[in-house]
Amino acid sequence: MAMVDEPLYPIAVLIDELKNDDIQLRLNSIRRLSTIARALGEERTRKELIPFLSENSDDDDEVLLAMAEELGVFIPFVGGIEYAHVLLPPLESLCTVEETCVREKAVESLCKIGSQMKENDLVESFVPLVKRLAAGEWFAARVSACGIFHVAYQGCTDVLKTELRATYSQLCQDDMPMVRRAAASNLGKFATTVESTFLIAEIMTMFDDLTKDDQDSVRLLAVEGCAALGKLLEPQDCVARILPVIVNFSQDKSWRVRYMVANQLYELCEAVGPDCTRTDLVPAYVRLLRDNEAEVRIAAAGKVTKFCRLLNPELAIQHILPCVKELSSDSSQHVRSALASVIMGMAPILGKDSTIEHLLPIFLSLLKDEFPDVRLNIISKLDQVNQVIGIDLLSQSLLPAIVELAEDRHWRVRLAIIEYVPLLASQLGIGFFDDKLGALCMQWLQDKVYSIREAAANNLKRLAEEFGPEWAMQHLVPQVLDMVNNPHYLHRMMVLRAISLMAPVMGSEITCSKFLPVVVEASKDRVPNIKFNVAKLLQSLIPIVDQSVVDKTIRQCLVDLSEDPDVDVRYFANQALNSIDGTTAAQS
Amino acid sequence: MAYHMIFRFRQPRRRFELASQFVMSDQSRAKKSVFGERSAGEEVQEAGVSSAVDIISAIEFDNSGNHLATGDRGGRVVLFERTDTNNSSGTRRELEEADYPLRHPEFRYKTEFQSHDPEFDYLKSLEIEEKINKIRWCQTANGALFLLSTNDKTIKFWKVQDKKIKKICDMNSDPSRAIGNGTIASSSNSNITSSCLVNGGVSEVNNSLCTDFSLPPGGISSLRLPVVTSHESSPMARCRRVYAHAHDYHINSISNNSDGETFISADDLRINLWNLEISNQSFNIVDVKPAKMEDLSEVITSAEFHPTHCNMLAYSSSKGSIRLIDLRQSALCDSHSKLFEEPEQAGPKSFFTEIIASVSDIKFAKEGRYLLSRDYMTLKLWDINMDAGPVATFQVHEYLKPKLCDLYENDSIFDKFECCISGNGLRAATGSYSNLFRVFGVAPGSTETATLEASRNPMRRHVPIPSRPSRTLSSITRVVSRGSESPGVDGNTNALDYTTKLLHLAWHPNENSIACAAANSLYMYYA
Repeated sequence: MAMVDEPLYPIAVLIDELKNDDIQLRLNSIRRLSTIARALGEERTRKELIPFLSENSDDDDEVLLAMAEELGVFIPFVGGIEYAHVLLPPLESLCTVEETCVREKAVESLCKIGSQMKENDLVESFVPLVKRLAAGEWFAARVSACGIFHVAYQGCTDVLKTELRATYSQLCQDDMPMVRRAAASNLGKFATTVESTFLIAEIMTMFDDLTKDDQDSVRLLAVEGCAALGKLLEPQDCVARILPVIVNFSQDKSWRVRYMVANQLYELCEAVGPDCTRTDLVPAYVRLLRDNEAEVRIAAAGKVTKFCRLLNPELAIQHILPCVKELSSDSSQHVRSALASVIMGMAPILGKDSTIEHLLPIFLSLLKDEFPDVRLNIISKLDQVNQVIGIDLLSQSLLPAIVELAEDRHWRVRLAIIEYVPLLASQLGIGFFDDKLGALCMQWLQDKVYSIREAAANNLKRLAEEFGPEWAMQHLVPQVLDMVNNPHYLHRMMVLRAISLMAPVMGSEITCSKFLPVVVEASKDRVPNIKFNVAKLLQSLIPIVDQSVVDKTIRQCLVDLSEDPDVDVRYFANQALNSIDGTTAAQS
Repeated sequence: MAYHMIFRFRQPRRRFELASQFVMSDQSRAKKSVFGERSAGEEVQEAGVSSAVDIISAIEFDNSGNHLATGDRGGRVVLFERTDTNNSSGTRRELEEADYPLRHPEFRYKTEFQSHDPEFDYLKSLEIEEKINKIRWCQTANGALFLLSTNDKTIKFWKVQDKKIKKICDMNSDPSRAIGNGTIASSSNSNITSSCLVNGGVSEVNNSLCTDFSLPPGGISSLRLPVVTSHESSPMARCRRVYAHAHDYHINSISNNSDGETFISADDLRINLWNLEISNQSFNIVDVKPAKMEDLSEVITSAEFHPTHCNMLAYSSSKGSIRLIDLRQSALCDSHSKLFEEPEQAGPKSFFTEIIASVSDIKFAKEGRYLLSRDYMTLKLWDINMDAGPVATFQVHEYLKPKLCDLYENDSIFDKFECCISGNGLRAATGSYSNLFRVFGVAPGSTETATLEASRNPMRRHVPIPSRPSRTLSSITRVVSRGSESPGVDGNTNALDYTTKLLHLAWHPNENSIACAAANSLYMYYA
């Protein structure tokens, strides 16, 4: 047992705790690995700390995850780039653990280190590591190997490159579906580093194999590769090699594969060029929009706007729009909901006339949908239509939809619509708002659910910001202050909440003249909860109003409250008084 | 030579006294070998005396056949490992095909762990038993074993690995100065927090530690890394994931997918699909719950994934049908792609017809072409390409037919017998009463059948079904027919003991041996 000098004690403890029984302490030490390394110096870090960590790979996942992350930025602590290779062994053993997140982090760190390594170091230590992992006995090592090929490949000699390509091709045909999945999802990354001559000859062969895999889970990762590879290939190769695959995939037996295609299709449009898009991809996409699996239609409907953006308006109107019309009355509410969340984005693409002619009826039918999410999604994107056709055409049908949502049975729906009220107010204008929505805003303040009342108070503040204090003074303040006589104490409390939110927006003058008398009156309420909320509110008003008002009104009121029989009221009153004293002390 | 090992489970259940709990005895050779110090052979008692928590409720070989797991009513999982694995496994298979008498697989106790504990669902005011309903092995990785175990409600993912027992020495700080790890910890924390406050931020900790002590560029030589010395290793089980709160009803099956990343769990009315790595969400793929519970006429009794086609799974129902569904077709697979049902039988229907039609277990054969199902009276083999009817039907205990009324009275009619099929797909086995189990040849044209008893004295009662003498019988029937002089059970049904039933059994994936559980005992049979 060695005794350590007093100033070094914390570091000594940190080192000891690398092996503590308590996982939290080990985690703590691993997170400060750089401190330990600095304390040990570069040489001992290389010779002792790193080998020590290499043997540590049976620790808990959290510790291993932290270790994998730390090692990724450890090059400075082992003596710079020329020593980077010493970091590879511990990361290699982390690449073989069975916990996916640890492996992924280790792979990420290896990539970081490998991309900084010098070419001959790469050949000497990194490439052998890739080969070792790729030939690993257990699938975990081989899965990790797939993720680091692209780093190893770049700095290699031609002979090694040939070997690496062959190894990757082996991994694409591995017995374990996990390895094939990893190979499929990393193929795009690997392909970016491979020379274009081999791209067609070898990478595309691997890709073809993966696209024909028995396991759905492998094929659907290959779909992701389509877009990545498509961007690397020359347009004519892309048309020849990728297009047939994607068209095939769009008719795959497995809905999960078609779902992936529906999500990715728009990315391919650019790669294959406008002609093929028109002749092949548009029909494929139309098929997906009409798929008999709802999940596929949801994915396809969600990409309608992105896809249309890549087409010219005529094509969109001719081919896509009829499908959109069908989807707007789809049997699945989730499909309609997905459509509603993006369909407003089509307005700018189609232009004003087409929007009025084709899209408006769809908007209107979706606004009347029986499923609240659909209506909400339309309302949330209202600003996009407003830019194209103006709100007038919509406002007729808008109001019933809003009112219905505002009174929906489910409080979450009401909450969602409240959050859109400021947006609606800004789009619809003051006039419309005064007529129709003002009453709703007050009604929410007395909702049965607290979250709604809270959101309603917040809404008043945002409206005051939107339309200015004068408007709020006329349209909001009197109604709010009326509520102070409500027999229910929870509603009276909402008045206080609204005041505390609105006071900073309304400014000192209105606060003093309108709010303060009401608050002082409330301090004489019979319910203690009201009283201590008054105390809290007064404290928040201190910075807003003049010092004279504080001294004259607020202090007196708080002093009264500080003698209240209720302990909580006294507590908050005293706290507020203390903060008055604090601010005056700071000023003097 | 049929039977050769028993593992018997008894109290006490404390974890670290395993060694004395297991008895392996080989009665037929009048030789006992005992694990542990106690000569426990004498203590072996008949099943009836054993405690209810020790009764085995699940049994499963892993894919390689090198490990066997059992689960019991006390929520415990016990693992056995094969001890006779020789290196020439390739030649073994050849020898096996040549029907050559071989050294039988030997298993020994490896480890055990408490998988599930009794729980209480406060929302529904229901007790949740700890009983293990099913065990399934997952892909091994890095020499560690992985398995899924489930009780009525919660599925758990376990990793069993040899853990080295570590001893740490050569610490920097003298433990006598700070007593115990706790105080070391607190001292370190207090140091760190104080430096935090000085610098006003947690992120500063590293810098403050370093700048305060102005570390020399060569490092501080007095600091040492702890030295870990490891002596021996012992298997340790750790629960990696818990998949809970997804089932309103009791889970009856779990099954892994061939893609290695997903599995299903089935309860009475629903089947859920999980990703092994994600424990907080699952997808409902089958829901047979009717809009009104009064309309309920059929429940799911068992479900299994196809062994190679990742998109196919089969589930059986209490009405005696088996449905094959294709996950590719749709996200919700409430409509099946194939339905296997026994064609409606002519003749009188009794009160019991529907009860005994209920399928208690289904198993795919290794290649996935055939499907084995067990209902109360029969074992059926189906070809998944032929949905007109079963390829073959085997009567398991036809002699019970007149006794259905009694069996209904004492609830035995609701017993759920499992079935299993050999790795080569040539034979199938299933359990019966009086600790009997029956083995059938299922290959086309095969007529072999055999009845064996799981007990310490297997020669006591054998029921050979006369088979054509011209046929070369496999060794398993040879074994059985040897002790066939005693009167058959058929003539002796009064002796039938409904309380000793053999519900759970598993066939070794690549050898002719069967593990079966009778009450608290595990028997290994080989042919």
